[in-house]
Amino acid sequence: MALITCREAALGYDNGVVVSGLNFSVEAGDYLCVVGENGSGKSTLIKGLLRLKTPVSGEIVMGDGLRPNEIGYLPQQSAAQKDFPASVFEVVLSGRQSKGGFRPFYSKKDKAVAMENMEKLGIAHLKNYCYRELSGGQQQRALLARALCATEKLLLLDEPVAGLDPLATREMYEMIRQLNQNQKLTVIMVSHDIRSAVEYADHILHLGNQQLFFGATGDYLQTDLAKRFLGGEHRV
Amino acid sequence: MFDVIFEMMSYTFLVRAVIVGFLVSLCASLLGVSLVLKRYSMIGDGLSHVGFGALAVATALNLAPLTVSIPVVVAAAFLLLRLSESSKIKGDSAIALISTSSLAFGVLFLSVTTGMNTDVCNYLFGSILAMSRADVRLSILLCVLVLVLFILFYHKIFAVTFDETFSRAVGTRAGVYNMLLAILTAITIVLGMRMMGAMLISALIIFPALTAMRLCKRFKTVVIFSAVSSVLCFMIGITLSYWYSLPTGASVVAVNLAALVACSFISWVKGGLQK
Repeated sequence: MALITCREAALGYDNGVVVSGLNFSVEAGDYLCVVGENGSGKSTLIKGLLRLKTPVSGEIVMGDGLRPNEIGYLPQQSAAQKDFPASVFEVVLSGRQSKGGFRPFYSKKDKAVAMENMEKLGIAHLKNYCYRELSGGQQQRALLARALCATEKLLLLDEPVAGLDPLATREMYEMIRQLNQNQKLTVIMVSHDIRSAVEYADHILHLGNQQLFFGATGDYLQTDLAKRFLGGEHRV
Repeated sequence: MFDVIFEMMSYTFLVRAVIVGFLVSLCASLLGVSLVLKRYSMIGDGLSHVGFGALAVATALNLAPLTVSIPVVVAAAFLLLRLSESSKIKGDSAIALISTSSLAFGVLFLSVTTGMNTDVCNYLFGSILAMSRADVRLSILLCVLVLVLFILFYHKIFAVTFDETFSRAVGTRAGVYNMLLAILTAITIVLGMRMMGAMLISALIIFPALTAMRLCKRFKTVVIFSAVSSVLCFMIGITLSYWYSLPTGASVVAVNLAALVACSFISWVKGGLQK
């Protein structure tokens, strides 16, 4: 059974459907990239996958023992966060917030998991640094480490390279690739950056207020849609 | 210095004021860190105006002031939070609407019933004589409740303050914690309002957090520094107000402002030294 299956799902707000006709499934170990223009329904789909929004019609089913609170989510940063007085460790540790149930404090295990994930992403030495004093790339790593604390199966990344410089962008993509290949984490990434999407992801979901394409990256590159989007210059 | 403190402690009303003030400034500073970071500072200000309205009505009708105002202000906290989350009326204008309306309502009610006397002035700018023995008992009880809940939910409050979307995504009920924060704030404001004054009480929420954020870099140290600074400023403020016969609320706010300026200066000097 797939980790996530969408069947004829439509998502939207009170005043209308934003994206409809969603029919796709994500298997364990996949690296799926969701692409599309602004307003094509990418963010709405994320809310649907996180169970913050129930489908207007159709259904989104989770399988393989994946529980809704086991998705490691990397949201886009808000302006308020950029000058937030918190240490990196405090931020990363908050990824474990739903693991303790009603227990008010973090356990030794929570702290060990947080440390381990910081080491995995090479930010262990920044443990006591202030979040607002980090570079954009380091902040993104801290948030990715927090996401890892929340999951052992699925990462959901919302524009993970937005606002990063080219070097930090490359490092971020490499890191995500490693997590996918070495840790066997399933990755769903929403991105504007379609060139990198086809370079790294093995599946593509193209949205335009409905599902325009879903399938393997190789097949996607043969479509007119992809050629138009990539401007016809892309070579694999 | 100690003579002054001993002298102060010989007045029962001052002892009461110090006890309640100590606890209220502690609670307000803890909650304030989260409120300021969530851009909710105006909710504190709005609630104090609602508190003024409720207090005015309670006094005019000869009801127990705290037992009437606390439920009213807690209800207003619910309403304000709902309003600032829905997008129909923008949050800050909704708060301004509610706070000015209840201020106007309170003033109208007072002028029709008891007339505009010194009571009104006391409500607006605080009075050190306001606390009865029953009030003190209730204040201690509620402040301890606020402190215990804050400590129990500290990590959740941090998580929701830092990133509400992420918290919701991993299944934390962020709405519940926002509500908890609003209710605790409402209680704290009503308790401190009569001593500090409806116009000045929100300073206790905003100043210590801002002061702490000048110097501290971790959430935990911000919270602790904010609590210490708030309590110290209150103690200095109330001593000054006794010594020079100044209004208590205004003195405490002035000391808080001085602390903020001092910490900003230290942070500026430190920043300069690092470069």
